[in-house]
Amino acid sequence: MDEAGNPGRETHQKEPLAAFSGGGNLGDQVFRVLTAFFAALAVLVLAAMALQMFRAALPSLKQFGWKFLSSTDWDPVLDSYGALPYIFGTVASSILALLVALPVALGTAIYLAELAPLWVRRPLGILVELLAAIPSVIYGLWGIFVMSPWLRDSVQPLLQKIFGWTPFFKGVPRGFGMMAGCLVLAIMILPTIASVSRDVLLAVPNSIREGALALGATRWEMVRKAVLPCAKNGILGAVILGLGRALGETMAVTMVIGNRPDISWSLFSPGHSLASVIANEYAEASGDLYLSALTELGLILFGVTLLLNILARVLIWRVARGPAGARN
Amino acid sequence: MSTAASNFSIQTRDVNLWYGDFQALKNVSVNINQGEVTALIGPSGCGKTTLLRCFNRINERYGNVKTTGEIRILGKNAYDPDVSLIELRKAVGMVFQRPNPLPISVYENVVFGLRVHSARSSLKKSLLDEAVEKSLQEVSLWDDLKDRLHVRATTLQLEQQQKLCIARLLPLKPEVILMDEPCSALDVEATLAVEDLMLALAGTYTILIVTHNMAQARRVSRECAFMLLGEVVEVNRTQDLFLTPRDSRTADYIEGRYG
Repeated sequence: MDEAGNPGRETHQKEPLAAFSGGGNLGDQVFRVLTAFFAALAVLVLAAMALQMFRAALPSLKQFGWKFLSSTDWDPVLDSYGALPYIFGTVASSILALLVALPVALGTAIYLAELAPLWVRRPLGILVELLAAIPSVIYGLWGIFVMSPWLRDSVQPLLQKIFGWTPFFKGVPRGFGMMAGCLVLAIMILPTIASVSRDVLLAVPNSIREGALALGATRWEMVRKAVLPCAKNGILGAVILGLGRALGETMAVTMVIGNRPDISWSLFSPGHSLASVIANEYAEASGDLYLSALTELGLILFGVTLLLNILARVLIWRVARGPAGARN
Repeated sequence: MSTAASNFSIQTRDVNLWYGDFQALKNVSVNINQGEVTALIGPSGCGKTTLLRCFNRINERYGNVKTTGEIRILGKNAYDPDVSLIELRKAVGMVFQRPNPLPISVYENVVFGLRVHSARSSLKKSLLDEAVEKSLQEVSLWDDLKDRLHVRATTLQLEQQQKLCIARLLPLKPEVILMDEPCSALDVEATLAVEDLMLALAGTYTILIVTHNMAQARRVSRECAFMLLGEVVEVNRTQDLFLTPRDSRTADYIEGRYG
C-alpha cells in the first residue's frame, strides 16, 4: 500500500502479514492446483473426443455433406453411405421406449416419494436404482433368450390378431426387431427416469404439500395439483435423461433389434440403430471412407446425446433450486 | 359456563401428543374465542406449532404421531373416527411460515379450494370469478392484482404471496384460520400489512396465530396463551398476560430471561 510514504507503519503491518502467510499455504495451493487439474481433465477429454471424432469424420462429411442424413444407402462395396435408417431406428426405438417406460416410472416415483410407507421407501428405492446397475449385456441376453421367444410365441401373434389391420403390427412375428428393442430399452431407462423423478419430487418443498392438504385436498389431489406442477420441469429433465440413455444404449439393443437397416412402420420388423451399427461394423470396416462414415454416425449420436443431457441437467437443476417465487 | 361455551371456536380437553416416544403436548386444555385473534407464544420447541397443527390434523402426515384427548371445533370433536379430514380442513384453514402459493396462476390459487371441494359441474365461471374478486378484496389485493390474475402466483412479492395464501382460504368460508408464524419470512412493512389484515379479518374469522415475536402477539391478539415444554402455562387477555402475568414462568419469559 503506502509503504513508501509511511515507513514507520511498515514494520508494524508486515509482521502480522508475514505470520499469516508462508507455512501451510503451500499445501493448500498444491491441493487446489491438483484438483483443478483433475476437474479440467474431464472437460479436456470431452473436447478432445469431439475434436478427434470430427477430424475422423471429415472425409465422410466432405463426401456426402447433408445428404448423409437423408440417404438410406449403406453400401461398403460402392462406398456410398447414408445415416437415415440408423437415425430412424435410434429415434423410433428410443421414443417408443420412453412411451412405455414413462407411465410406469412416473407411477413408481410418485409412490416412492409421496405414498409409500417410510419403511418401504428406502429399500424399494434402492432396488429401483439397482436396475440401472445391471450391465446392459445381461439385459441383452435376457432379451434374446427370454423376451424374444415370448414375444414371438405369445405377444406378437395376439397383437397381430387384434391390431393386424394397422400398419404397426404387420409382417411375420419374429421376436427380434423393433418391438424387442424398444421393450428392452424401456426396462433399462425405467430406473433412470423413476429415480431422478423421485428425487425431483422430494425436492418439492413440504410446505407446498401441506398447503394443498390444509385446503382439504386429498393425497391424490395434492400430488396432481400441487406437487406435479412444481416438479414438472424436473420430471421433463428426468425424461430427457432417460431418452439420452436410450439413444446411446448399444449392447442390449444390438442383441435384440434385428440389425437390418429397414425403415418400417411395423414393430415386428427388424431395425438398426446408430450405436448398433457402429458396434457391429467397426471391426470389419475396411475402407477409409467406410470408417469415416461410421465415425460420422458416432458424431451425430454424440452431439444429440450431449445436447439432450445438458438440457436435462438444466431442467432438473432449476427444480432443485426451488420454486422461482421463493427467493424474491 | 354453558352460555360462554357457544362463543368458543375451539375447545380442547386434556390433549396429549407424542411423536414416537417424545411427548410434545401435555394435558392441553384451552378455549379459543370465536371471532378474535388468539396468539400462542413460547420458546422454540414448546409445542405451540404442534398444537396449532392438531387443529386441522395436519400433524398426522407423519406416521408416528399419537394424539389423545378431545379437540372440539364448532362443537364437534375433530378426532372422532367419523370426522372427514377434508371437511375439517375446509372449516379450519391454515397459513404457513413461508408463503406457499402453488406455481399456478393467482386465479387458480384462489379457487383451488373450491375446485377441490365442489363437483366440477357446480363451478360456473361466474361463481369462480366472483369468489376470486371477493376473496382478493377481503385481503386488499384486488386493486393490485385484478389485471394480473393470470400471472404465476410464485412471481408475486412475498407480501402479496402471503396475502394470497390467506385469500385462498376464504372461498371455503372457514370458521378458523390457523397461522404458523405467518410473518417470519416477511420484512417489516409486509409484516405490518399482514397484521393489519389479521385485525381486519378477526371479526369474521377466528384467528389463531403462533408467533415467536412477543411484540407481534401484543399488537394483534386479544387473548394470548403461553406454552412451555408442551404445557399451556397461562391463558389470558393479552394485555393482562403481558402486564400482570399470573405464573412466574410467564413473567420470566416475557421479561426475556429465556427463550
